[in-house]
Amino acid sequence: MTPALLRRWRPPALALPSWPWRITWTYLGLILFLPLGAMLLRAAEVGPAGFWEMATTPEAIATYKVSFGLALVASVINGVFGLVVAWALVRCRFPGQRLLDALIDLPFALPTAVAGLALTAVYSTNGWLGQPLHEAFGIKVAFAAPGVTVAMVFISLPFVVRTVEPVLRSLEKEQEEASWCLGATPLQTTLRVVLPQLLPAILGGVAQGYSRAVGEYGSVVMISSNVPFRDLITPTLIIQKLEEYDFDAATVIGAVMLIFSLLSLLVINLLQVWGQRYQGDAA
Amino acid sequence: MTIVVPTLESPRPTPAPGKRSRRQGLDLPAILIPLVACVYVGVVILLPALSVVASAFAKGLGPFLENFQSHELISALRLTLFATAVAVPCNVIFGLAAATAIARRQFRGKALLLSVIDLPFSISPVVVGLMLVLLYSPTHGLLGGVIESLGWKIIFSWPGIVLATIIVTFPFMAREVIPLLEEEGWEQEEAARTLGATNWQVFWKVTLPSVRWAALYGLILTTARALGEFGAVAVVSGNIEGLTQTLPLFVEDAYKNYQTELAFGAAMVLGGVAIVSLLLKLLVEQLLEQDKKAARTEP
Repeated sequence: MTPALLRRWRPPALALPSWPWRITWTYLGLILFLPLGAMLLRAAEVGPAGFWEMATTPEAIATYKVSFGLALVASVINGVFGLVVAWALVRCRFPGQRLLDALIDLPFALPTAVAGLALTAVYSTNGWLGQPLHEAFGIKVAFAAPGVTVAMVFISLPFVVRTVEPVLRSLEKEQEEASWCLGATPLQTTLRVVLPQLLPAILGGVAQGYSRAVGEYGSVVMISSNVPFRDLITPTLIIQKLEEYDFDAATVIGAVMLIFSLLSLLVINLLQVWGQRYQGDAA
Repeated sequence: MTIVVPTLESPRPTPAPGKRSRRQGLDLPAILIPLVACVYVGVVILLPALSVVASAFAKGLGPFLENFQSHELISALRLTLFATAVAVPCNVIFGLAAATAIARRQFRGKALLLSVIDLPFSISPVVVGLMLVLLYSPTHGLLGGVIESLGWKIIFSWPGIVLATIIVTFPFMAREVIPLLEEEGWEQEEAARTLGATNWQVFWKVTLPSVRWAALYGLILTTARALGEFGAVAVVSGNIEGLTQTLPLFVEDAYKNYQTELAFGAAMVLGGVAIVSLLLKLLVEQLLEQDKKAARTEP
């Protein structure tokens, strides 16, 4: 009786997730969520008062100023020149265009340590560009704040170019022609017709570049003199805290950077939604 | 796509008709814009890249090759290759699994899941390293006790380096393959299934071939980034010369210790990898273009 019953009874079809899902979630869990959770837990252990105190020591504040401030300078520079480069790639014909196009991807491909070494070599006071700059204007680039900015410009350059390019290419010629027919000068057409449509893409690229520049370590640590209160960036401070076995401070400052990353991811997503709506309206 | 990674559908300059004739009287922007673009990219990217090549070969090929007799350099190179050889296959499996799981389904939180996969792109590599330390460090890590009782060593050892490399590079593959899978429909897979193919057969014979170039490109990006990762590895490796020093760490260490030639020699190796990966990218783009052309003429 019992075996027969057992034979008749089948477990309800339990929908196990498919293999790809299982792999995805296991992998994400082990590789991403576990370390993320460990860090958040550690940060929570410090407590709100301690957290605030360690996150806002003068030393930490100084590095935020360097990291977030210089990254902003670098992103604005890239916002302007990235637009020019994208424009040159899409709207102009000139010799060496393919090379220019290929070079844009180099910061993505080049290991950051090599980038740091290269920039330090070129912008140090006896380098190809550093020497004339130092002799002519007395500007010290490498091992000072301008060098950090240059490194941030280097690593975030592709973002603006590569976000603006496809949008610029997909713009409808008719609008510009209509604007021209209505008597607008090329400058007016560019400012009033083309730029507003590019704005979401430009801001999106700037935001991505900014987020990347704030977190950058490899290239900046080589070109910076790493002097506190002068050109020490936040990631380097985290490493210094770890080397001093001050795990709490390292965790707190790391958590500040993590929160910034999450916020910037949110902003980038919102900018993208805005850009899509803009394109939807235009179409 | 949330985060810009170099994608396959890359800019192929298309002629801008009607622009030139209109601007004939006023050619200043047509000259000025490319000029400014070239000078900017030249100063920021090209000159530094050339300076590495110039410094590496400053004394000719002989001294450059002599660098490779340095034990530290060779062991750093070996560790870098080892970490890459472990990290890349793991990430390929994850990337393909995630892509097939996510791309063709619509579910709540899909955008959120994609953002989560993108996280390593926006988190500072140093913070990634810090997370691993806070998890696995024998003294301060959350799992430190467990790890130590098992007799394992993760931080300041190769498993930590491999883990750091994996975290920093895992989004590339999924990121490249998902858009392509979303673009293509289900029809071919369904046809294969009605003909009696198993899931595995469908994946292997239908899905994978249809995304092969995107997957190959994802593989190139993953490998290039894995070979060059610095920040995350710097935190977990302990940077012990000849033991836990990867090639990018060696570049920095050698430069800081005034072994300039060694630094540039190692940098040249890594730079060479970057250039090869860029060339492969161009090649893969060409192949993709051919595939598309073939697909267009077929029906």
